[in-house]
Amino acid sequence: MAQLHLPTTLTPLFPGLPRKLEIEAATVVGAIDELERRWPGLRDRLCEPGPRLRTHIHVYVDRERASLDAELEPRSRVDVIAAISGG
Amino acid sequence: MSKTMLLVGTRKGCFLLESDAGRRTWTTRGPFCEGWPVYHAIYDGSTGTIYAAAASEWHGSAVWRSRDLGATWTLSSEGLAYDPDGARKVSKVSTLAAKDGRVLVGVEAPGIFQSSDGGDTWSVLSTLSGQPGSEMWDDPSNQPPGHLGISALMFDTEDSKRFWAIVQGVGVFETADDGSTWTPRNRGLRADWPRPHEEVGFCVHKLVRSPVDPDRMYQQNHVGMHRSDDGGHSWTEITEGLPSEFGFAAATHPHDKETFYVVPLDPGHGRTMHDGHASVWRTSDAGSSWRRLDNGLPHEDAYLGVLREAMAIDTYDSPGLYFGTSTGQVFASADEGESWSEIASYLPPISSVEVAILD
Repeated sequence: MAQLHLPTTLTPLFPGLPRKLEIEAATVVGAIDELERRWPGLRDRLCEPGPRLRTHIHVYVDRERASLDAELEPRSRVDVIAAISGG
Repeated sequence: MSKTMLLVGTRKGCFLLESDAGRRTWTTRGPFCEGWPVYHAIYDGSTGTIYAAAASEWHGSAVWRSRDLGATWTLSSEGLAYDPDGARKVSKVSTLAAKDGRVLVGVEAPGIFQSSDGGDTWSVLSTLSGQPGSEMWDDPSNQPPGHLGISALMFDTEDSKRFWAIVQGVGVFETADDGSTWTPRNRGLRADWPRPHEEVGFCVHKLVRSPVDPDRMYQQNHVGMHRSDDGGHSWTEITEGLPSEFGFAAATHPHDKETFYVVPLDPGHGRTMHDGHASVWRTSDAGSSWRRLDNGLPHEDAYLGVLREAMAIDTYDSPGLYFGTSTGQVFASADEGESWSEIASYLPPISSVEVAILD
């Protein structure tokens, strides 16, 4: 199970969505698909159509910047960051 | 007793300002929409729903809605996207209109999406494809930062298949068949720049229509105020007597078709009230003459900006007028603009002000 850490801007949008949760997924996009299944509409908040990660959404897998197709290990840590964007 | 509610869209969320029918004292609730930039918030009286068009720098565009007058809010962008294989993308949702249970939202790149299920899901209604000028707005290199979008939508009061859309920097278009076909409605407008098409290339900032005469329209243009007496088929300039030809906001009197309000601003980069003297200007004779309304507004050092959706008028017998500024103040008049008071002083920069009367 990968451990996901989500940004504070995301959790208020979806009732019951925690800051940290464990997800069974083989890739980053697979983890987002699972989030979408449990909280419909969540994919749109992280990805543009395609899907592509939104410009100011950065994903790190085990502290390395990662793309949607990055693979996850069973104990990977995935950080989803709302990158700094204005005041 | 009636309740008066202002819906204020700001760069940091939506706020609701409430009063009774007297409109003397106001309370403020908010911010809502999790502090997302809200470009336009409206109240749909047919369903009792508030809608707010918002675009987060991180999380993209969506339409928020509240079915309990602001107590709880949800958002959706399901279907609010162009074909993922195409070059067009929805970079911002800009403007809303609602009628008979249906909601339209205008977006950048230019297009109109509709929802018939209260904002749960959205689908493309029209991109005004093939209209003169569309070769420009369909060029992905023009957006963003070209900022070409649908900046305003206005329903006909009777026929929900008839409405007008403003394409930024291009002009007004009318459809009478729910967006299947369109006609440019810009004849007689002024433009001080070269235009590749005879019918378009006009910078229309705000379009309003008299509730008592559907043929009477007014508009604030990048270059001048204009009036139409034939439902937008032709336009006559009525700028003379105003301190500036430039501005964004406009409102038309709910009971008198000859009365129209504008907020002239200095053109160029400043786009604030002339000489720091806050004023709304009113014509009561369809633009033949203008009168400054500034009783209660600051007369010095008030370099206030007012954006296109940031002025509203209510429908009481003595209509109340409201405007919000780019520096976060809301001013209100309960007597048709004769006297003003500041009813909010420290909100975030304001994009839109709409008013609803709740029975």
